[in-house]
Parts: sequence; C-alpha cells; structure tokens
Amino acid sequence: MTDLGAMYIGAGLAAIGIGLAALGVGNVFGSFLEGALRNPGAADGQQGRLFIGFAASELLGLIAFVVAILILFVVKG
Amino acid sequence: MSAGKIDPMEQFHVAPLVRPIHIGGFDLSFTNSALFMVVVGVLLAVLVSGGLKRQLIPGRWQVLVEMMVTFIDDMARVNIGKGGKKYAPYIFSLFFFILFSNLVGVLPLAIVPGLHTFAVTSHITVTAVLAFFSFGIVMFVGLAKHGLKFFSLFVPHGAPGWLMPVIIPVELVSFLVRPFSLGLRLFVAMTAGHILLEVFASFVVQGLNAGGIGYGVSILSFVMIVGVSALELLVCAIQAYVFALLTSLYLHDAVHLH
Repeated sequence: MTDLGAMYIGAGLAAIGIGLAALGVGNVFGSFLEGALRNPGAADGQQGRLFIGFAASELLGLIAFVVAILILFVVKG
Repeated sequence: MSAGKIDPMEQFHVAPLVRPIHIGGFDLSFTNSALFMVVVGVLLAVLVSGGLKRQLIPGRWQVLVEMMVTFIDDMARVNIGKGGKKYAPYIFSLFFFILFSNLVGVLPLAIVPGLHTFAVTSHITVTAVLAFFSFGIVMFVGLAKHGLKFFSLFVPHGAPGWLMPVIIPVELVSFLVRPFSLGLRLFVAMTAGHILLEVFASFVVQGLNAGGIGYGVSILSFVMIVGVSALELLVCAIQAYVFALLTSLYLHDAVHLH
C-alpha cells in the first residue's frame, strides 16, 4: 500500500466520526420534539438549551471533518 | 489532484484584488475577503440605517429593523439575565455580521461569468478573531466586575472538597477551549457546506461531459444541489444564532458567576 492510499483510508476512517455526530444531533432534536409534543407550553422556553445541545454534539462531528481535511490536504504523504 | 478535475478548495483562495501591498513586512493587500467584508458591512449599514426614521406609525422597513433589535434584545435578556441589555449592541453586531457574511457567501452570483462570491466566515482567521473578541470581552467583564473572585468560576457550587484537584483543571480546560470551539464551529460548518456544494457541482459538469448515463448523474446531482442549498441557508442562520447564543451564555458566566 502506498502512503497516498493509506492517507485516503485514514481520511475515510476519520469521516466515520461525522456519521456518529449525526446520530448525536438527531438524538438532540428527536428528544426535544418528544418532550415538546408532551408539553408544548414549555417548548418555547427551552429553545436556547436545544441549540446548546445541538452545538455541543455538532462540534465533535466538525472536529472529525477537520481531521479528515488535515489528513487529505496538510499531511504530506 | 490530477489535471482536469475540479478542485473544491479553489473557492477559498484569498488573492489581492488589484496588486499586492506590502508595508513594513506585512501583507496589507485589499483581497477578495476584505472586499466581501466591506460588502457585508455596507449591506448591514444600509439595512439598519433605512429603519432609523423613528416614525410614530412604522413602515415595513422600520418594523423589520425593530424585529431584528427585539430578537437580539430578547436573547440578551434571557441568556445574560440582569444587566444583559448592555451587551446587546455587541451581540447584535456579531449575529448580523456572521449571518450576512454567511448568506452573501452562498449567493449564486457565479452565474455571471468572472464574478463569484466569497464566504468570509469560511476562513478560520476571520472566525477566530470574532471568537477571541468574545473571549476577550468575557475575560475583561469578569475581571473588571468581580476582580480575582472571577476565578471562582472554576469551582462549581456544592462539589465536595476532595473532588477539587480533578474538577478545577477540567473546568479550566473547558473554559480555555471556548474561543477555539466557537471559531472552529463556524469556520468548519461553512467550509464543509461550500465543499459539498462544489463537489455536487463538479458531478454535474463531469456527468454532462461523459454523456450517456452521465446525464442521469447530472440531473440527480443538480436536484441534490437545490436541496443542499436550502439546507445551507438553514445552517447559515443556525450557526450565526449559535455563535451569538454561546457568546451571551459565556457573558452570563462572567456577569453572574454561575
């Protein structure tokens, strides 16, 4: 296996993390919707917390993306 | 990247518009990035100043500007709490600068040959400066308001004493990582969206060149671009909102210490 091939495989492996973060983001919005349908009156007051949870779980996926990009474009094979 | 392929990173290229200017060893050229920051600033100034007539019966424009101001005022009041109104102008500038530069970045102006938009916020140099502004204001407000008591931020209420050697370093690291996560989130979200659009656009071009089954690929990719563009508009607004929201939460910590 060449160095370039190994780099592409590594970038692909790093991209798995993005999919896992997608699970996290889906969980945040899904749980919010579940709670909001049970008690619609309280939903509006919790939107700030919804976006904090979204931001926290999304960040980890974005870091996985950064790792993939760093492997592809910054590391010299 | 072999020749003939479309490089999705080319759109982030910063280049001097007229000619490079070097003063005292620094590159001070007026680049396309600077041009689009000026465009965003002018758009924002025109939009807001158009609604400042202070009519008793507001027209549409004034209602729009009032809605923008109320939105930020509410965000500051709810998230910073008492004394939050003071910081509303900073959060207003932050939110609308980020929102406008994100939206200007996805404008489909490339239909006109030779003209293409540049997303200012897709560069970490820009977003990191915004994030460090927020972090600096938080530090300044906290230290000016509470003095050295500000560092009690790292000691959560009600935690048992024997836990302190663990919890203080963890809190310290999570505090120091804030500006990086704030800048990185915006930069990566915008960069990823633009790369995605560019990759699908290159599928359209290459499919048309290939002919045959390539036409099907082109049509599917084009439909995908429309969908992803709609998602991008949502991401533009959410990222600007998250940046402003997290800044106001960090300001809450600095003003109230938990």
